[in-house]
Amino acid sequence: MSKSKKANTPFAIANYERQQLVEALRRMYLIRKFEEGAEDSYMRGLIHGTMHLSIGQEASAVGSCMPLAPDDQITSTHRGHGHCIAKDADIAMMFAEFFGKETGYCKGRGGSMHIADVEKGNLGANGIVGGGIPIAVGAALTAKTLKTGKVVLCFFGDGANNEGAFHEALNMASIWKLPVVFVCENNKYGMSTSTERSTAVANIADRAAAYSMPGKTVDGNDFSAVCEAVNEAVEHARSGHGPSLVENVTYRWRGHSKSDRNRYRTKEEIGEWMERDPIKSFAAELEDHGIMTADEIQALEADVNRQIETAIEFAKASPDPSPSDVTRDVYTEAAQ
Amino acid sequence: MNVHNAAQEEEIVEMSYAEAIRDALDIALTTDERVVLMGEDIGVYGGAFQVTGDLVHKHGADRVLDTPISELGGAGVAVGAAATGLRPVFEFQFSDFAMLAMEQICNQAAKMRYMLGGAVSVPLVMRFPAGSGTGAAAQHSQSLEAWLGHVPGLKVVQPSTPRDAKGMLLRALEDPDPVMVFEHKLLYKTKGMVPTGHYTTSLDKAEIRRQGTDVTIVASSVMVQRSLEAAEFLAGDGISAEVIDLRSVRPIDRHTIVESVKKTTRLICVYEGVKTLGVGAEISAMVAESEAFDFLDAPIIRLGGAEAPMPYNPDLEKAAVPQVDNIVSSASQLCRGQL
Ligand SMILES: Cc1ncc(C[n+]2csc(CCOP(=O)(O)OP(=O)(O)O)c2C)c(N)n1
Ligand SMILES: [Mg+2]
Repeated sequence: MSKSKKANTPFAIANYERQQLVEALRRMYLIRKFEEGAEDSYMRGLIHGTMHLSIGQEASAVGSCMPLAPDDQITSTHRGHGHCIAKDADIAMMFAEFFGKETGYCKGRGGSMHIADVEKGNLGANGIVGGGIPIAVGAALTAKTLKTGKVVLCFFGDGANNEGAFHEALNMASIWKLPVVFVCENNKYGMSTSTERSTAVANIADRAAAYSMPGKTVDGNDFSAVCEAVNEAVEHARSGHGPSLVENVTYRWRGHSKSDRNRYRTKEEIGEWMERDPIKSFAAELEDHGIMTADEIQALEADVNRQIETAIEFAKASPDPSPSDVTRDVYTEAAQ
Repeated sequence: MNVHNAAQEEEIVEMSYAEAIRDALDIALTTDERVVLMGEDIGVYGGAFQVTGDLVHKHGADRVLDTPISELGGAGVAVGAAATGLRPVFEFQFSDFAMLAMEQICNQAAKMRYMLGGAVSVPLVMRFPAGSGTGAAAQHSQSLEAWLGHVPGLKVVQPSTPRDAKGMLLRALEDPDPVMVFEHKLLYKTKGMVPTGHYTTSLDKAEIRRQGTDVTIVASSVMVQRSLEAAEFLAGDGISAEVIDLRSVRPIDRHTIVESVKKTTRLICVYEGVKTLGVGAEISAMVAESEAFDFLDAPIIRLGGAEAPMPYNPDLEKAAVPQVDNIVSSASQLCRGQL
């Protein structure tokens, strides 16, 4: 990757090829529209259970995965649709999973909260807050022990940073200098509880000092800022210097989940953050720097819309799992 | 009968249970670069019960990895490593401390494959030094196999002899799924004949340790030896007891137990875990639901751990788990129709 082409040029614009930048914007649209499609399907009763939407956090997901190589790995969270798409998942298989179908990523066994794409390096969302953090460290232990050269990127929320697993896992990653990047998506709340009320430090990245690793807080709605910070952390990890903690400050536009009555955030606060739409600002940046024209951006958006429709059709038409298969895949080998 | 891979057995030597486990770990570390041992003080210290011993000197600190005192995180690291290509063997210093790691064992390791629709396997081995009899009281003496046995996705075994300890551990290391191995602390110093070299013992088969015709005693772990001693007494009293070593809690070898009960018409379950909702409850229910039900000539008896935390005082500690006398008197009452 060439170092900054022009002074004051955003990191991503200076360091990635046009086609990579277009793909990044496409994935951000895909996340937004995938989740809108999922929400709509939920309202129509096509999807049951619950789901956690990341609308408003797209720059964090895509910007964090941008510096990763295709076979690098991630662990994700309950708010994981964006991570999955950022790691190049097939949205038809994602919709199929949400619809509970046999053609879904988890064959209808996991749903939204366990969405994964192991072939693309996504080791899975997690229903347990903080559950994926030690698992990411374990994947990094594999990378180091077997010298695979892989880096593992671990997504978690501001709420998860108060779990014991966070402390234990970051400490181990540091003492063993493992190739892992911890990415805290600080969207200001864990359900209804604000970071001010839940967390004793002003910035979650301040906690990096306790584990002797670099820590950085960035504007998580600024695609390029996220890329730059995570890129540095990925290079640090890949060159054997161990873990880092990057905090992407962002905001979820929607409620925590389908049960949220929005009693803890003001309309004004939500409105202010919606003004700072990460997709709009990245698209504007691409236009300003002559990477894409307004027409090209519109065409990209329209293309994504069509892709969503086709994917939903695929999910609807897919077969349900057979009830007789309820115990399949509990074990790798079927019992004799 | 049991699958011992005889072709690769070289000779048979006497070893302690702990030595047999160490031998299995040594073979695995030598032959499979994916194997790593993880746990608290398993390196130069050699493990709290000297199971890993000097392995760190032979295989290095990267393969015999001392973890911080972080059961939850350490277990999670082992889960993530297993899901991505290593074959970790995670030692809890005492099985009791696994309670701090239940989230990673039960929510993650056990369920990952299923939740992901079969996209991954988690070939993780965990070792749990378990049980009472060492004066370590309530937080260092428990038998938690039924807790983990309740979780689909896990395999849970309790080898009772040095030979099984080695063969089942080597088999666990070839298994694609998480295998939880409960090792009773009183067994570590017991000796037995163990083949040198690599062999495997199946993880899902009970073993008849003594044939009999009057009563079936299904025992696990350290209770197998106690039941065999009881059977010897009973034989002097004209009662012929069949002793089955359960060996696996999940899955339970239904066939071996049911066939035995059909033959003897009586059943006693002997286990150290708390009696209520324990392994014996499951075995009793399994037999009650089976074709052996019609053969039963007497009520089923469960001899399990007391409904109390493990006490410290040696006499209380003995009173809290089944002893040879309890087995003998229950079996004689049962066979004489006094129940
Ligand atoms: C161990 C655990 N505790 C509680 C929950 C319920 N829960 C699900 S998400 C969530 C909030 C998590 O907040 P954060 O980590 O900030 O992620 P966000 O939802 O904001 O993306 C809670 C409390 C859970 N799933 N797991
Ligand atoms: Mg949050």
